[in-house]
Amino acid sequence: MVMTEYTEAPKIRAAMPSIDAERADHGPAKMTARDVSVYYGDKQAIDSVSIDVFSEYVTAFIGPSGCGKSTFLRSLNRMNDTIASARVTGQIALDGEDIYDSGMDVVQLRARVGMVFQKPNPFPKSIYENIAYGPRIHGLADNKADLDVIVEKSLQRAGLWNEVKDRLTDTGTALSGGQQQRLCIARAIAVEPEVILMDEPCSALDPIATAKIEELIDDLRGNYAIVIVTHSMQQAARVSQRTAFFHLGHLVEYGLTSDVFTNPAEERTKDYITGRYG
Amino acid sequence: MSPALPILLALGLGLAAWLFARARAQTFRANSTAKRHAALPSHFGWYAAIWVAVPMALFLLAWEPISAQLIMADVLDSPAAQGLPAFGQQRMAILAEARNLANNPGGPNFYDEARGLADVYAASSQFYTFIGVAIALLIAGASAVYVYLRLKPDLAARNHVERMVMGVLLAFSLVAIFTTLGIFATLVFETWRFFGMVSPLDFLFGLQWNPDPMSAVETIDPSRYGAVPLFWGTLFIGAIIAMIVAIPIGMMSAIYLTQYANPRFRAWAKPALEILAGVPTVVYGYFAALTIGPAIRDVAMAIGVSNPSSESALSAGLVMGVMIIPFVSSMADDSIAAVPSAMRDGSLAMGATKNETIRRVLVPAALPGIVAGVMLAVSRAIGETMIVVMAASTAANLTANPLEAMTTVTVQIVALLTGEGSFDHPTTLAAFALGFVLFLVTLALNFIALRVVKRFREAYE
Repeated sequence: MVMTEYTEAPKIRAAMPSIDAERADHGPAKMTARDVSVYYGDKQAIDSVSIDVFSEYVTAFIGPSGCGKSTFLRSLNRMNDTIASARVTGQIALDGEDIYDSGMDVVQLRARVGMVFQKPNPFPKSIYENIAYGPRIHGLADNKADLDVIVEKSLQRAGLWNEVKDRLTDTGTALSGGQQQRLCIARAIAVEPEVILMDEPCSALDPIATAKIEELIDDLRGNYAIVIVTHSMQQAARVSQRTAFFHLGHLVEYGLTSDVFTNPAEERTKDYITGRYG
Repeated sequence: MSPALPILLALGLGLAAWLFARARAQTFRANSTAKRHAALPSHFGWYAAIWVAVPMALFLLAWEPISAQLIMADVLDSPAAQGLPAFGQQRMAILAEARNLANNPGGPNFYDEARGLADVYAASSQFYTFIGVAIALLIAGASAVYVYLRLKPDLAARNHVERMVMGVLLAFSLVAIFTTLGIFATLVFETWRFFGMVSPLDFLFGLQWNPDPMSAVETIDPSRYGAVPLFWGTLFIGAIIAMIVAIPIGMMSAIYLTQYANPRFRAWAKPALEILAGVPTVVYGYFAALTIGPAIRDVAMAIGVSNPSSESALSAGLVMGVMIIPFVSSMADDSIAAVPSAMRDGSLAMGATKNETIRRVLVPAALPGIVAGVMLAVSRAIGETMIVVMAASTAANLTANPLEAMTTVTVQIVALLTGEGSFDHPTTLAAFALGFVLFLVTLALNFIALRVVKRFREAYE
């Protein structure tokens, strides 16, 4: 189904005007969420969150542990489906198409909305096979030469090619933590997604590896809508253009990163970013 | 000497030592102003009890066989033993009867000689029991003095007890190890004797298995001891036919149970599957012989096989395959479940279907564990006897036709050892050579399986 153009302002604050103003240049939102609630059994983890995510922008979700930001992220590509007790209400759309519609092919959805996890999780296969996995299952390459091109391109975009080009047959798990995470990003890129979700991608990495990943996120932004969950406010400030602050399952504030960090509208946001709690 | 005696002595003296030492420790405590002590009174008690009881008990255990030898020597030296036959079964029977009469004077009496020997036996036995108990008490007394001299307030009894406990645990684990070594030594020794009569080359590479228990040892024909048909039968039934049944069924049920089944179904289906491992093999045996065997024969007849037998490698192999399904499925289940869920999520998040995720990520990642499970199942299958005895006969055929009767190593070992064979004849000794080969193969399989499992663990932990 096609989403109606949003008329009613979501229950979020006035930072929206600045986004609305910019949105004119960037067309409609890539993903839209309206009144999304997520439940684990009887426990409500997310309460009526409405938010838009745009292409060519990095959107950061920040908030204290347990605020529901990862849960919400996982509902954007229906990874919550793998948890038996999870239930999602409300509406989430990708290019205006409801992703929880019964006609939605979850497999195709996840190919379009890729994901990078908190802990690097390369498959116990060779570096080459890690990247080739997605293109193979989706039939993106007609022959070995095509596949080689995809693997090389993906590794290059993830900034890993020069480090691994001579050992593509080595197992992916033998790489360092930072390299593994870039391998996972390359793996996600290889299926040509439109949105990349990153769930605390640097929390298991040292500062140098983190800096490389942040640089990579910035390089990639031009081609994708990137959503990153992070515990590090500095990281959110460095890599994102939009920041959403979650607290206790609510979206408290969503706006331009510069606004949220320098001039937050909500008291709770201000308290969090100045380190008063969380 | 009654076996209860050493146990009662050890327990009684140990208890006395325990109570005494604990009481000592309590007086030490009462006289001390220190807030901390090296050990609790009960540690002193255990320290003393172990010191007093264990050396004495060990001596009594060792004394039992020694005194038996000494008693026998006494009995044989006595004048009453002059009339005994020089060797043979009768001599043994008389001596055994004398022993029984000595312990139980009203017992049955067939040999006149035994009556006279029994008195000698009883007297000698009493004498050596007395000596044994006396030495044991001396040892206990010596230990008691040693302990008494060491019972001081600052004795680190707690640490000593800790070390003693370790010693006890070590002793028990050594029992298992030495038993294995003993079995291995027996096998090696008897196999060595067998290879003195039949060359290992004939045994390992000969194609005909037809041992002749009636031939004289001097005229045995080594070419009748070719074990290849047995090795082939074992492999064909246990490692080929059984695995063709067990691997797909075990794997697929493991995949279904770990990845698709809802928890309630899994909760009763998994134990139900594991019950298969608990069915006695003899039950499988008659299932194979009475149900599967005739059914296979009827099918074979229907498709035009001439003269099929109801005893076939196929029926034994099929049933054996069913028996080892739980070995394969529970190892596969565990190792698939042990693959970190991050792998599964990673694959699903790329848009892989559940089936693709299982085939391309989970099973390859779990493969070492699955392989180990299969190897354990194979080693179980090739050691299996009962099903083959009942369903596949004892005829050593070297053939690849699964409808023919066939036999395995274990079945032949039973056949060779249940006859009237003498232990000087290669027909009997061949059982040990077969057992030795089987032991080495099973050991190798287990060893490889454990290595593989270990590597697998290192990869994820």
